[in-house]
Amino acid sequence: MVELALPKNSQVNEGKVWPKPVGATNLREYRVYRWNPDDGKNPRIDTYYIDVDDCGPMVLDGLLYIKNNIDPTLTLRRSCREGICGSCAMNIDGTNTLACTKGMDEVKGSVKVYPLPHMPVVKDLVPDLTNFYAQHRSIEPWLKTVSPTPAKEWKQSHEDRQKLDGLYECILCACCSTSCPSYWWNGDRYLGPAVLLQAYRWLIDSRDEATGERLDNLEDPFRLYRCHTIMNCAQACPKGLNPARAIGEIKKMLVERRF
Amino acid sequence: MDMRTPLGKVRGLGSAKEGTDHFWRQRLTAVSNIPLLIFFVFFVARYAGASHAELLAALANPFVAVILGLVVASALIHMRIGMQVIIEDYVHAEGVKIALLMLNTFFAIAIGGLFLFAILKIAFAG
Repeated sequence: MVELALPKNSQVNEGKVWPKPVGATNLREYRVYRWNPDDGKNPRIDTYYIDVDDCGPMVLDGLLYIKNNIDPTLTLRRSCREGICGSCAMNIDGTNTLACTKGMDEVKGSVKVYPLPHMPVVKDLVPDLTNFYAQHRSIEPWLKTVSPTPAKEWKQSHEDRQKLDGLYECILCACCSTSCPSYWWNGDRYLGPAVLLQAYRWLIDSRDEATGERLDNLEDPFRLYRCHTIMNCAQACPKGLNPARAIGEIKKMLVERRF
Repeated sequence: MDMRTPLGKVRGLGSAKEGTDHFWRQRLTAVSNIPLLIFFVFFVARYAGASHAELLAALANPFVAVILGLVVASALIHMRIGMQVIIEDYVHAEGVKIALLMLNTFFAIAIGGLFLFAILKIAFAG
């Protein structure tokens, strides 16, 4: 649903300014969204100062510096710290991206960090992605076949394998879906760019035998056709993929099977 | 309290198995609008400041009348399905949404009826 103003209990207040690290000469300001489900208070923006000389170069390094040295209550997801797990997706300097691959030097002024937009917040920088994962499950992202299983493997030509490039690399970080206004307004019914890119990855797989059923399940004014080619998805993707193109290809397949 | 599973909610009422026709018609009318509206703009520019009689004579030309009829049909179909998308995007209260979608269709048909009547009247009755 379109929401032009935040509900009263979601309005963000100015938070605490935490003390600067003692003896540090090279400081960087972080402004971080904080919300605790247990204290009944509104979200707030806390200000931290990190010692750049005692910290790695990425935005995630700064957040972990805060957690380790200043405020252990800061809550965030992270795992691989090299852009392959998708855990640390958040809104940094106004753009959805991975904290671990975004350099502090790419951000001018203070580093502003918010959770992924328009998702329910579990705590601080942790969004609730339950619906997102259920949507991914709904497109049945696995090989579906009817033919008898071959003795060895399902074969695929080099050309057909290449069609999966630019699709299989998706790490389901949700940066694209949560940057999409259509997903903000209709995320309960619109599948969103990440899930549609995955849907296309299985539609275009030469080994899959359920292409028609997959298209049937996508052919819906909301599931697929809420995409209005806004292209925020392609701009946000930290892996450089283009979900908008994948969605366009699905639309082409649906037209192609009519004529 | 909603105790349905997340997957149950996502699967919901299932796929409507439509939308492609809507998508296709929007592209089709977008393409047809290009030459039709170019003609319309040139026509308006050509007869800007012309007298009433001159304009009636131009509109009575069968070629002009047919093209203008097509302009009305193509543009209104395009307008109606475009507006439908906007309503579906932003209006989520089910009753209001259905009412607006109906009004959207009625509006396009009413405007189309008026325009076509005017064009035919000028073409045949002067």
